[in-house]
Amino acid sequence: MNLVPVSYYLVLSAILFGLGVIAFIFKRNIIAIFMSIELMLNAVNLAFVAFARQWNELDGLVFVLFVIVVAAAEVAVGLAIVITIAHNRRSLNVEDVNLLKF
Amino acid sequence: MSLPFILFFVCAGLAILGAVLLIVSREPIHSALSLILVMVALAILYLTLGAEFIAAVQVIVYAGAIMVLFVFVIMLLNAGVEERTNWSQMAKYAGLPLAVVLLLEIAQWFWRSPTSARAVNGTPEAHPTHALSVLLFRQYVFPFEATSILILIAILGALVLAKRQE
Repeated sequence: MNLVPVSYYLVLSAILFGLGVIAFIFKRNIIAIFMSIELMLNAVNLAFVAFARQWNELDGLVFVLFVIVVAAAEVAVGLAIVITIAHNRRSLNVEDVNLLKF
Repeated sequence: MSLPFILFFVCAGLAILGAVLLIVSREPIHSALSLILVMVALAILYLTLGAEFIAAVQVIVYAGAIMVLFVFVIMLLNAGVEERTNWSQMAKYAGLPLAVVLLLEIAQWFWRSPTSARAVNGTPEAHPTHALSVLLFRQYVFPFEATSILILIAILGALVLAKRQE
């Protein structure tokens, strides 16, 4: 029987989400920025699974499956955009992609 | 300290270690490997929460397919060391404090929340994967079909975007 309180899982989820936000802000490499988005999605999935376990409802697990599917689609399109940017700009640094920068 | 607590803290420590390594490592390939560490640790945590199917999908789809795609693109583009010079001033002075405040606020809210303070209890489903599939193919069958269209559109979009323009 699992005796770990749900709040432990939720705090871990919050910590991982915060680290994902920090990585999103600090990383300059466009692929690393994509990976920090994946980290944030994983943190949200952990919160979904913890809540599903707490209330004994399986709907949260269905949402986790949908999040994983949408993340896969997002990565496929996003990495295609990254490849196009890398071919056009010859660089993976987001500082070099500043055409729309304010 | 009972066994579930030890397992939880080991996996949580591995996940946080992987997330920190993702931030501090300068090679994209090291970031990708540490993200795989985070995902495997989270899969073990899903097992302790009684979500076996989600744990399997996490390892197969996330740590398998998605991260292989990342590693493949990193090798394809020959991504080198990330240069870490001029940060955006806005990120340094507004973004980082905001990220820390967000983290503390979410953690504090979860910690104080009265409903989440109790231990995981209640009887789990006898066959959680069976119940999950019934839910997915009956109640959520329309969103399930919609995601298949989404994946089809994503495949076409990736093909169009990655094609070299003549």
